[in-house]
Amino acid sequence: MLDRLASLLQFLDHQLGSLGVGILPEHLSWRGPARALGGAVKEKLRPEPRREAEVPGPGLSTSPQRLPLGKWLKPEVIAPGMVGLLFLGLWEVGVRLTGVPPYLLPGPILVAKTLVQEWGSLFPSLLVTLQVTVVAFLLAAVSGLLLAVLFTQSKWIERSFFPYAVVLQTTPIVSIAPLIIIWLRHNTFAAMVVCAWIVAFFPILSNTTLGLNSVDHNLLNLFQLYKANRWQTLIYLRLPSALPYFLGGLRISGGLSLIGAVVAEFVAGSGGERAGIAYQILISSFNLQVPRMFAALVLLTGLGVLIFVALSALSNKILGRWHESVVPRNS
Amino acid sequence: MPAPLLVLNHVSKVYANGTVALQDMSLAIPEGQFVSLVGPSGCGKSTVLRLIAGLGQLTSGSIEWGSNCQQNVPSRSAESKLAFVFQEPALLPWATVMENVRLPLKLAGEPKEKADPKVLQALQQVGLQGFEGSFPRELSGGMRMRVSIARALVTKPQVLLMDEPFGALDEITRSKLNSELLQLWQEQRWTVIFVTHSIYEAVYLSNRVVVMAARPGRVVADIPIEAPYPRSEDFRTSPLYNDYCREVAARLREAMADVTQEPYPPLVRRLR
Repeated sequence: MLDRLASLLQFLDHQLGSLGVGILPEHLSWRGPARALGGAVKEKLRPEPRREAEVPGPGLSTSPQRLPLGKWLKPEVIAPGMVGLLFLGLWEVGVRLTGVPPYLLPGPILVAKTLVQEWGSLFPSLLVTLQVTVVAFLLAAVSGLLLAVLFTQSKWIERSFFPYAVVLQTTPIVSIAPLIIIWLRHNTFAAMVVCAWIVAFFPILSNTTLGLNSVDHNLLNLFQLYKANRWQTLIYLRLPSALPYFLGGLRISGGLSLIGAVVAEFVAGSGGERAGIAYQILISSFNLQVPRMFAALVLLTGLGVLIFVALSALSNKILGRWHESVVPRNS
Repeated sequence: MPAPLLVLNHVSKVYANGTVALQDMSLAIPEGQFVSLVGPSGCGKSTVLRLIAGLGQLTSGSIEWGSNCQQNVPSRSAESKLAFVFQEPALLPWATVMENVRLPLKLAGEPKEKADPKVLQALQQVGLQGFEGSFPRELSGGMRMRVSIARALVTKPQVLLMDEPFGALDEITRSKLNSELLQLWQEQRWTVIFVTHSIYEAVYLSNRVVVMAARPGRVVADIPIEAPYPRSEDFRTSPLYNDYCREVAARLREAMADVTQEPYPPLVRRLR
């Protein structure tokens, strides 16, 4: 499969070259000695980089695959796929026609090649960022939910504390991240988690609070009539009612915790073993390795999309047969 | 006439915004009676039910339960004195039919093994066998209402409060549910207080129709419907039925006439 991809890239390069816009080889040479390691492309290609399939995208789906083709040839896949392909095509042709140097704007083929070459250094960094994101996200989910429950137990608790949650939300994370990193200077991981948590927890808190307060009044009357206590009303009525709102909050916060982690990494700027993907972007920009920046961005965006898709799938799975958002309309 | 089960003594209800929902309403309801409250919207008929159910505070007056009422039933027992059927089915959308009907028993702390036979019996009473595992949104409006009624019956209530339970249903479903409700009532002999805005429904079901007027909410007529049960579908076309309908309609019209003499509310005045 990788070989096929490599030959596809070669083929595209050749085709565009015969049109008189093939300047790829010259562009590759600009990277100089630092990239000399990249000569051993064939070895580096061996670990199966699944992400990279994203760049050529649905173009690959015409070649035989393990997955049944019919599953992917739906209009809702084809339509955005066509848009993506068209965009990438225009981008590549535009870059070649205008002769923009790759340290300003690399074409998608070059980005794909760089991604394959740099996989060994970028992917572990992505995992570091993912770790911060996941820990912060889980903390945000738990703390947001607990705080929302606390808020709905007493109007006065909500009135007293909610404004400060808003203050925390509206303070730009970039401006408080340095402070957090100074305070937690002995534990960079914790510092980054705190930054990502601050960004991620508010949507969960506010959505869940809204959900817990949006219980059908008839059902509240019913529970009162059957003398349900506070705890029963919470467990059997308020929490299930708030579930769709909570899951909506999770979907927003999943992406936000990734953004929070990236911002924290930018501010912390810590390299070495625990260098995250944002640090790789930063370093690449210092070295003017713009194609590498793009490759890292592709990874980062891919991760964001993956998080969103995973949380949407989770939401659909949980809401299953009962919620309007999942069940088809005509029933 | 048997001793009253429930007595409303000069009950008044004024809402915080000054609206007089009920003014000096007195009503005695004997055990086993099927009473309908009929009136225009805003006459406080739903408020009466909510006050009886304890879902609101009286402004003045009192509501007393007779000695024949199951007063001594502990408040958290699975056997509830009262059951309420709301205008909407008010079902938990995330729970199956079975779980929805089991809810009152679950809240009373009854274990599942003990509750389930009662739930199945209630579902059978309303003709919902085979739908135990369905979710509310998979059912039609009439079936959702049946689930709601089954949930009310599962606690074996002595008094059934129904707040326009069939108001949102089509005419055919409504008359079908009417006769089924009547059949159940004859078997179980609960006391039913039934709020409706349909004269025909009220006369068909009840042995007493209380006509109410709005602004302020009050009783203007109390009409006994002296027709024998069981009432078949033929009763709906009988002269007796028509006479009663005409009488209730006339009293209702009188009640409405008071209202229309009042000045138009601001919106209507502006539109004219």
